[in-house]
Amino acid sequence: MTEDEVIARLWSGMTVGIGGWGSRRKPMSLVRAILRSDLSDLHVVSFGGPEVGMLAAAGKLSRLTFAFVAPDVGPAAVLEPHFRAARQSGALECTELDEGMLLLGLQAAAWRVPFLPTRVGLGSDLPLVNDGWATVVSPFPGPGGVAETLVAQKAIHLDAALVHLNVADERGNAAYTGPDLYFDDLLCEAATAAYVSAERVVRSGELLAAAGDVARLRVNRLFTDGVVEAPNGAHPTSCEPDHGRDEVFQQEYLASAKDPDLWRSLLDDYLALSSEADYQAAVAARPEGDVR
Amino acid sequence: MSEITDLSALVRRADVCAVAVAECFRGDGEILANPIGTIPMIGGRLARATWEPDLMMTDSEATLITNDEAVVAVDDRRYEVYNPYRRMFDVVWSGRRHVMMGATQIDRYGNQNIAALGGTPRKPRTQLLGFRGAPGNTINNTTSYWVPGHGPKVFVEAVDVVSGIGYDRAAQLGDVARFHEIRRVVSNLGVFDFDTPDHRMRLRSIHPGVTTDEITTATGFELVIDDQPATTRLPTPDELELLDTIDPNGTRYREVPDPQ
Repeated sequence: MTEDEVIARLWSGMTVGIGGWGSRRKPMSLVRAILRSDLSDLHVVSFGGPEVGMLAAAGKLSRLTFAFVAPDVGPAAVLEPHFRAARQSGALECTELDEGMLLLGLQAAAWRVPFLPTRVGLGSDLPLVNDGWATVVSPFPGPGGVAETLVAQKAIHLDAALVHLNVADERGNAAYTGPDLYFDDLLCEAATAAYVSAERVVRSGELLAAAGDVARLRVNRLFTDGVVEAPNGAHPTSCEPDHGRDEVFQQEYLASAKDPDLWRSLLDDYLALSSEADYQAAVAARPEGDVR
Repeated sequence: MSEITDLSALVRRADVCAVAVAECFRGDGEILANPIGTIPMIGGRLARATWEPDLMMTDSEATLITNDEAVVAVDDRRYEVYNPYRRMFDVVWSGRRHVMMGATQIDRYGNQNIAALGGTPRKPRTQLLGFRGAPGNTINNTTSYWVPGHGPKVFVEAVDVVSGIGYDRAAQLGDVARFHEIRRVVSNLGVFDFDTPDHRMRLRSIHPGVTTDEITTATGFELVIDDQPATTRLPTPDELELLDTIDPNGTRYREVPDPQ
């Protein structure tokens, strides 16, 4: 499939789970296809990175389910200014979660149960920013004899999942060759339809040779519905070991939250070009481009 | 007089902080020590290199490594085990972890905020990171906090949003919160704990060169302060040497500069 063929199967108002984590291995070529489409009013579920800010700034987003949104989370956490602007304006409806609750919500959807119990979230202010908040009394006595009241993390069903892997086969199996799968398999399993973009697509039976290790073949075609070949498709986020993050591009993107002209030119010159091929050509032609 | 006085004149605040962080992990044994931030990473490594050799520590990404250095290039990492992002929840929810987080705000019971400031919860004046893993960390494993810039806007009467839960919230929950422990708060001015009858924050020790007044002025709530608050101990010569191995580029001095 092409990015645009995937996007033709999506609709306004739907719930879309986006793979990767922070500014790492995001399915950005599919996100760009959303940016240039007529889609709107999307509900995004994500371990959020720049895709959240881009979709918000472009007016595509009406609801967000998240535990964090950040260009990166490390020793020095950086904030995501486009996302912050949308959140602070009150325009973006949000369901906030602990990261572990997001995991459990996706897992519950994948396993077709209405919720999973956890103590995560108890005592925090999450009920103030989470409409699906509920608790459940354990049917079993706790160690002290009293039944515990736990959080019932509601299943988070996705209408569609979009993920970007290092390599996929033509039938929809896929593998990560970088440090972490993140939650990409689970997003696919929690979704009615899942679309995989990959740095390269190989023929059926050749995935192991391409990925190097059977333990890396983690996205199963039982749970996927389409494959897109998208070299450098995660740009500007990282896709180790295929390419690092384009820090220059990301810095410009971050700066554009305070500079409408810069945001407009990022859209016109890159993000909203009429095809992914045009985008990749424009990125490759950047004099200060950092695309490996 | 003293050699001690001379030494405390020479001591650098960031080194005192790193040792105070390391002390937070004393007695933890074989757990995942997960200090987040520059000096926390350095202090955690110091604890492992000295009195807590069984601690496991991350490379800040997807593996647990044994290197002493706080920041290690990929090719130089000495791996113990794979610990991708999702695996961390297994560790946290099992309780075999002690995390040291930052705090944009913290109150007297150790409630922490990293989510948002001002406005209303649904329309904050300043959106921060989000709740991240703070609720799950604080109710499942031991937590400490690191505040490099101690001030009244950080140590507040009441946090705007509770992301990491403090002792008052945990007490309301009862037995289900039995794994909750806020061990310590280390700042650039002192060390704080909750070893009081109702778990209010107590001044545990003052860093050398800091006064009690300085700390109370920089704190937006009333701390429990003993008659003779202790002084945070100085690094030993061995520890100073180790700190230079762990942090050869002196990044700790940029996070906590020496006082003017």
